[in-house]
Amino acid sequence: MQRIGVFVCHCGSNIAATVDVEKVVEIIRQEPGVVHAEDYQYMCSEVGQAKIADAIHEKGLTGIVVCSCSPRMHETTFRKAAERAGLNPYMVEIANIREHCSWIHKDVEEATKKAVILARAAIAKVNLNAPLKPGESRVTKRALIIGGGIAGIQTALDIADAGYEVDIVEKTPSIGGRMSQLDKTFPTLDCSACILTPKMVEASAHEKITIYTYSEVEKVTGFVGDFTVDIRKKARSVDMDKCTGCGVCQEKCPSKKAPSEFNRGLSNRSAIYTPFAQAIPNVPVIDREHCLKFQKGKCGVCAKVCQAGAIDYEQKDEIVTEKYGAIVVATGFDVIKLDNYDEYAYSQSKDVITSLELERIMNAAGPTKGHLERLSDGKAPREMVFIQCVGSRCADDRGKSYCSKICCMYTAKHAMLIRDKYPDVNVTVFYIDVRTPGKNFDEFYRRAVEDFGVNYIKGQVGKVAPQPNGRLLVQASDLLDNRQIKMEADMVVLAAAIEPNPDVRKIATMLTASIDTNNFLTEAHAKLRPVESPTAGVFLSGVCQGPKDIPETVAQAGAAAVKAIGLLAKDKLLTNPCTAHSDELLCNGCSTCANVCPYGAITYEVRQVNDHGIREDRRLAVVNEALCQGCGACTVACPSGAMDLKGFSNRQILAEVDAICQ
Amino acid sequence: MKYSYYPGCTLTTKAKDLDAYGRASAQALGFELEEIADWQCCGGVYPLGSDEIATKLSSVRALHEAREKGQDLVTLCSACHHVIKRVNDDMKNVEDIRTRANNYMQLEKPYAGETNVLHFLEVLRDRVGFDVLKEKVVNPLTGKKIGAYYGCLLLRPGKILAFDNPENPAIMEDFIRAIGGEPVVYPYRNECCGGYISLKEKELSKSMCDTIMESASGFGAEMLITACPLCLYNLNKSVEEKLPVYYFTELLAEALGVKEEVDRA
Repeated sequence: MQRIGVFVCHCGSNIAATVDVEKVVEIIRQEPGVVHAEDYQYMCSEVGQAKIADAIHEKGLTGIVVCSCSPRMHETTFRKAAERAGLNPYMVEIANIREHCSWIHKDVEEATKKAVILARAAIAKVNLNAPLKPGESRVTKRALIIGGGIAGIQTALDIADAGYEVDIVEKTPSIGGRMSQLDKTFPTLDCSACILTPKMVEASAHEKITIYTYSEVEKVTGFVGDFTVDIRKKARSVDMDKCTGCGVCQEKCPSKKAPSEFNRGLSNRSAIYTPFAQAIPNVPVIDREHCLKFQKGKCGVCAKVCQAGAIDYEQKDEIVTEKYGAIVVATGFDVIKLDNYDEYAYSQSKDVITSLELERIMNAAGPTKGHLERLSDGKAPREMVFIQCVGSRCADDRGKSYCSKICCMYTAKHAMLIRDKYPDVNVTVFYIDVRTPGKNFDEFYRRAVEDFGVNYIKGQVGKVAPQPNGRLLVQASDLLDNRQIKMEADMVVLAAAIEPNPDVRKIATMLTASIDTNNFLTEAHAKLRPVESPTAGVFLSGVCQGPKDIPETVAQAGAAAVKAIGLLAKDKLLTNPCTAHSDELLCNGCSTCANVCPYGAITYEVRQVNDHGIREDRRLAVVNEALCQGCGACTVACPSGAMDLKGFSNRQILAEVDAICQ
Repeated sequence: MKYSYYPGCTLTTKAKDLDAYGRASAQALGFELEEIADWQCCGGVYPLGSDEIATKLSSVRALHEAREKGQDLVTLCSACHHVIKRVNDDMKNVEDIRTRANNYMQLEKPYAGETNVLHFLEVLRDRVGFDVLKEKVVNPLTGKKIGAYYGCLLLRPGKILAFDNPENPAIMEDFIRAIGGEPVVYPYRNECCGGYISLKEKELSKSMCDTIMESASGFGAEMLITACPLCLYNLNKSVEEKLPVYYFTELLAEALGVKEEVDRA
């Protein structure tokens, strides 16, 4: 029998106003095994913790129950206090009488009764607790960043500057990501390339950073501190060591009909290409689907003109296997497809474009060399209409339920830049709400309205109809004036919702990192652990976690780096001792547990078992304690009751249930 | 192939053409339309009142009869199609309506939305096939610039009607191509003609139809086709840029060479 001490916290009035804490102490004192019970105003305070330590020393306590707030808040606090007083920290149990009791009830008598019941359950459990000792695992001092946009680059730089090796894996032929496609950035209107390329150059020149472009993560095994990752380096068909980046191959390539991904398909590129002028590395890639040599067997012009002899048609994909201590996901976003929004005539008219396409049109390196013109006939527009929230804040399954967050600001930016550069162009913005929280953001939007004369109309557009005269008829409602509007425009720009890069699903599965219904990666705690995945050792950087603009992305990238550095700085990791284990005499090797394990922690091995004198080889479940997160899914799923969780054994849980049902 | 056929009231009065040309074309294409015995008016408008059962029963009767025969139910009139298809969806998916309708009907085997409801155009697209139709055309409408007018009843609500993309449909354009014509795509082909509002606010409906007509003729259409008697009625009241409006079955019958036969009868 344990010698148990029970400590009931008032939490100021949070608990004490609804639960009669003195009465709880009174009743609990009578429970078998309880040798000490007291209440205090703030158990988590220094004084409160000292009370626990004193009682451990004076009464020789072997188990502690703290009746207080959620274990998410202070379990660690009380475990550490007990440990300092010489008790195994896993002999501490929390009865949550705040979130589970005082905060959700009004009747004092009933709440007090419930608090007693919750305390009894914790006492029943602690009676069966055994001291647990965390294990140790090693840490590989190298980080992997998946995605080479601004988020990935910033995280890589921060980790590398702290002295750790970093690898960036980028799917496309160059790092730079979405930001490299932008023309100007809000709210300061500095040129995107001018602030991004120095970071790209810095990353590429950094001695601690290795960049794998045109590469994808193929397989991830292992666990926090000790991941093993296979990276597929796709065949570039160009030898990176020999290529000088002179660009002659791209000029001479006769196949120039491939749609340019960088220009969002608004212009064409050659089959051998670097996506943009400042690409890093400045080594082209042969797009084999559009290359005459690969498709028809004839051509070979690039190889003929290459002075360096860098063209290699025989090159094959290569798999690089590397070990990492931490993995940061920075896979970014794309704009949604507009198939569900045909009322805006995006697929019917070339003059209906997305905002990202407008970025390319406004950019000097874009399809129109920076001139604002209609893609249908090259004419300068006189009347432009912007439509916000296309696919964002959508109440049904046509679009996305969330606010894409960046559109109000970039639309104000576009409107302002157009009015500034082309003062004779009228600009109208249709919006549901203008949302501009952020430093200098609302001021920016107001400048667009007040100084640049952008016409903002609250109301949604119902239809964009191409007219026989080549213009676009925009039908909308003005909600403030309560009238229907019909106006002709020369170009319509859609602020299409953003969504996580579709590849992220595959990556999340490999990492066993959880993902929400919108494909955004889930953070370990929405408020308190926003850059960590619930999977240990996996961190989140940028829009893969949720919509954000550049400053927020960079801030989060830094935060993810700090978390990764915190992990890499350790030589050894303590592992959570509350892991599953399988009773080999009960296990029948059915695989049910492995199928439900979200962390891939369960494998099978054939071992000789001595079952009551009968020796035989059996297929048995084996839990990798370093991978196991102690979620308990396997213990519930196991049909033969062989799986059990240390610290949360079936016996302990049932003892709690019994105590509650008494 | 034999289908249960629900003509609807208007097709026996004002829209006899839609019906007669449709039946003749079906025959020419080798499928049979077997008229539902004792069919009753669909009500013309899908009742939105959630406690409204009585006005749905005529649809349920037709649907039930088709099920008993093991046939798909074919419609020609957009409004009938709309009402019957939506009632069928209710019978399949809305437990309350299903229970109450069946309580009233006292059928031997309760009806739960088993019948497949097809519009004549869907039969052409999905069962006959526009490529087969094309082969059977004897008088192609070569050089005719035809604007398809869908209206709203065939397209919306998109998930229930499941007819075509409500914002950018293509089935009638494909039909026009199959009979040898040249489809004219114009943005107002899926906008409402005003429907029954023309009885109460003539001017409003007329201005809606004017927009449609102007858009179609602006893009070069010489005529419009529709599947809806009410759309045809309203469009004919339009004054701006007036184009002739035909039922799609009339052009189909013409292309298949059976129009004169019908006209003579």
